[in-house]
Amino acid sequence: MGIELLVAAVKALIAIGMLLNLAGILGWVERKGSALIQDRIGANRAAILGFAGAGLVNTLLADPIKFVTKEDVIPRGVDRLLHTLAPCVNLLPVIVAFAAVPFGDRLRIGERAINLQAVELNVGVLFILAMTSMGVYGVVLGGWASNNRLSLLGGIRGSAQMISYELAMGLSIVAVVMTFGSLDLQEIVRAQGHNIAGWLPGWGIFYQPVAFALLLIAGIAESKRAPFDLPEGESEIVAGYFTEYSGIKYLMFFMTDFAEIALVSALLTTFFFGGWQVPYLTSQGFAFPWGTTVELPHLLVVLLQVGSYMVKVFVFCWFQVLVRWTMPRLRYDQLMWFGWKVLLPVGIANLLVTAAVFLLLQG
Amino acid sequence: MSPLVFFLLAIPMVLFSLGVVLARSPVRSALSLVVALFLLAAMFFQLDAHMIAALQVIVYAGAIMVLFLFVIMLLNLQQEPVEAARPAQRAIAVAFSVLFVLSVGLAALRGLPALPGPGVEGAVAGAFGSTEALAERLFTRHLFAFEVTSVLLLVAIVGAVVVARRLGK
Amino acid sequence: MTVPASWYLVLATLLFAIGGLGVLIRRNLIVMFMSIELMLNAVNLAFVALARQQHVMDGQVMVFFVMTVAAAEAAVGLAIILAVFRHRETVNADEVNLLRW
Repeated sequence: MGIELLVAAVKALIAIGMLLNLAGILGWVERKGSALIQDRIGANRAAILGFAGAGLVNTLLADPIKFVTKEDVIPRGVDRLLHTLAPCVNLLPVIVAFAAVPFGDRLRIGERAINLQAVELNVGVLFILAMTSMGVYGVVLGGWASNNRLSLLGGIRGSAQMISYELAMGLSIVAVVMTFGSLDLQEIVRAQGHNIAGWLPGWGIFYQPVAFALLLIAGIAESKRAPFDLPEGESEIVAGYFTEYSGIKYLMFFMTDFAEIALVSALLTTFFFGGWQVPYLTSQGFAFPWGTTVELPHLLVVLLQVGSYMVKVFVFCWFQVLVRWTMPRLRYDQLMWFGWKVLLPVGIANLLVTAAVFLLLQG
Repeated sequence: MSPLVFFLLAIPMVLFSLGVVLARSPVRSALSLVVALFLLAAMFFQLDAHMIAALQVIVYAGAIMVLFLFVIMLLNLQQEPVEAARPAQRAIAVAFSVLFVLSVGLAALRGLPALPGPGVEGAVAGAFGSTEALAERLFTRHLFAFEVTSVLLLVAIVGAVVVARRLGK
Repeated sequence: MTVPASWYLVLATLLFAIGGLGVLIRRNLIVMFMSIELMLNAVNLAFVALARQQHVMDGQVMVFFVMTVAAAEAAVGLAIILAVFRHRETVNADEVNLLRW
């Protein structure tokens, strides 16, 4: 009993640790990446004795210290409890959603097989959808508890946008669940381990390309990043629903942004790019389609799989940073039109086609 | 479920429900209800109703309550003094509630009457409370209700849009 | 020792009574509506607990339908409250009394 608890605690700590570190690093990646795209140098002043540590000094020391030591301004006339609660309610569901994402296959230590997934849920997909639904409250409360008409506007816009794009997200995920036949994310990743036609890895994107595009767009819209970032429109309503927050509260809102980038990337890799699967890697070692097999020790295989998961997640995070600094912002009515009149019908059509194909293949 | 987990979930649930009824600001009422619904979903999860628990969070706590919050914010309902019903009405209401809880609670604790045995139609597909089991029931025995419910939702959507529309636009 | 189903029924009764109290005591239409939702959830709890005890899935199917109907009812009810507010500038149930004696 005690060992089980310890193992569960360690897995949870690893999942949270990966997420929070990634969120911090993404702050740096965003600043330097945007500088790269905009042909400038970016943040390069934070250094210890002239040694900038490739951005680590900025990310780990300068930024957090700056945010923590800022004055916590609470505007007059707000509900203090809600003002303090809003950033927490915004951040918590995104972190919790990572509990259902698998970051590796079963790790065998001695006679114990540890499933590298913080919690094994047989309704894992629904759990993640539920947590993204709860994320709407942070935005709504952030806007309301600011006693500021423009913040309220940003908050209502943001939450309306989130609940609209949740539908498209749900539809694309349902298509994936139909293809792989399970709601448990670990099972979905395992089902992508086979090879199509002997040589192509059986990843989700080859089965459901439309759903991939749908989840990509809906995920970016869900985290309110450009080109869907009107709720926090920097040139229109100052900072939208988190205008009136400073110091640690602002840091938490900011971190939610990056944590959601990480979550969307994790979902994309899990559903469409094989999660922790490495092409041609089985639990014994490599098994290439042209016949050669390479035997590898179990620990190395697990490390390769966890490493591949992290690399894929990072690639998608970088892609989202790229999209933010490349595309112009969508106007609010264009945004809503796109979510309801384009993505929703495409999602439903995708479902119909998937179901029809399955029926034909069975009969 | 052990009694510890039960009381750990039940006591905050009751407290937050009281918060719904007694809070002065409608926003705080709504948030208390969200927390109570979330705790209820946790209790559903413990009762082997995994799919229903997830649906509770997605539909109830994640959509219906957001709708409530939207309306409260659109109407800009600020904190208001507790509008009192007439004292006589309040006293009778409290008396009846206490009577209700006592009678039904004691009856339940004294032992449920013998209900028909398990399984109206035998075993269900998949584990109890899983998505497969719920789907099997929903799409075979209760198919008609399912179809009627979808029509009901369509009617509700159209009705809500029509009623809430600004006239003379 | 596992928790017997009767404890869940007592909890459901308590939640139902609190919801009923809310409807009877509060005059704000939206809070009254939320109390009704609380009552519906108490009923859901009773259904799920009994489904578990009897090991029958139909209880959970009933909960599914209750949730769906509650969603539909919430949408229409809130639309009505919005319309009432536009005409009477209030959501106090005592002031919406045009048709009262």
